[in-house]
Amino acid sequence: MTGPRGAAPADYQDTPLRPYVLTGGRARPSRNTIALDTLLVATGPASDLPVSASRQERALLRMCTRLLSLAEAAAHLELPVSVVSVLASDLVDAGRLTARTSIPPAARPDQDLLQEVLDGLRKLR
Amino acid sequence: MVSGSSAEDHRYLPDSVEQAVKLLVVGAFGVGKTTLIGSVSEIAPLRTEETMTAASIGVDDLAGLAAKTTTTVAMDFGRVTLNPRLALYLFGTPGQRRFWDLWEGLAEGALGVLVIVDTRRLEDSFEVLEQLELRGLPFAVAVNHFPDTPRHHTVENLRQALDLLEETPVVMCDARQRRASLDALITLVEYVMRSAESAQEVPV
Repeated sequence: MTGPRGAAPADYQDTPLRPYVLTGGRARPSRNTIALDTLLVATGPASDLPVSASRQERALLRMCTRLLSLAEAAAHLELPVSVVSVLASDLVDAGRLTARTSIPPAARPDQDLLQEVLDGLRKLR
Repeated sequence: MVSGSSAEDHRYLPDSVEQAVKLLVVGAFGVGKTTLIGSVSEIAPLRTEETMTAASIGVDDLAGLAAKTTTTVAMDFGRVTLNPRLALYLFGTPGQRRFWDLWEGLAEGALGVLVIVDTRRLEDSFEVLEQLELRGLPFAVAVNHFPDTPRHHTVENLRQALDLLEETPVVMCDARQRRASLDALITLVEYVMRSAESAQEVPV
């Protein structure tokens, strides 16, 4: 399970750092509809943000000038997903970011959607 | 690695995409998750991090560490634009027990799970398979081929060794090969469709 003797696997890392300073101490987003695969796009330029907006909020809005998932935005910004989901959620609340949501957690995917996925994958072969 | 505006443009999805779906690729460290994702993805696999608090981590793993330690779990993922309106994300996530709480969030809304297994370390997969069965997540098993993978394994004796349900698909796979990786994903989605269908047949 672990790599070379004594070395920690590269899949995870333990640190005493808490990144929630960036989110005003909050660990959870204001809405629970933002998932890793939620697609985000800015409604306007980052310069429209109030002066009180944080550097990370500006960076996220700039990153989302065009369509991108939450996971991709987090990876490009090199910030933890949990942090970016709080920031994104705030920006959606403020009308600065539009979220194209994924499947609602409670709903099961329908056969039409699954068929669409299957067709898409088969076409790639 | 890549710079310039063309690379920046390339990172974005077409504006026509309305919906994204996700599949999870689960397995032990070094089993080939990122290799499989990379062989299918239209973007170079990206790495993102999720943090877990001490409370959600097994106490044994924290012995000797400060109580407020945060664990950062790396997830590699890739993307495929399936058609002008639909994108698929593949998220790779470690299979060890201490990360199961992390999946709860990840698995929410996921269409299904592809479990990658290394036949040289079958025992690494037992926990994760049992957990998926308990949680009722539809999954398929892809046996990744390594140069020194024992050749005597057949799908049937692997199924027995892993104690899988009869309906759970098992495919042999070389994660470095795009086509083989796509076939494993196709097998998974076909299975998800079959199980969704039979679930609907159950009278309410």
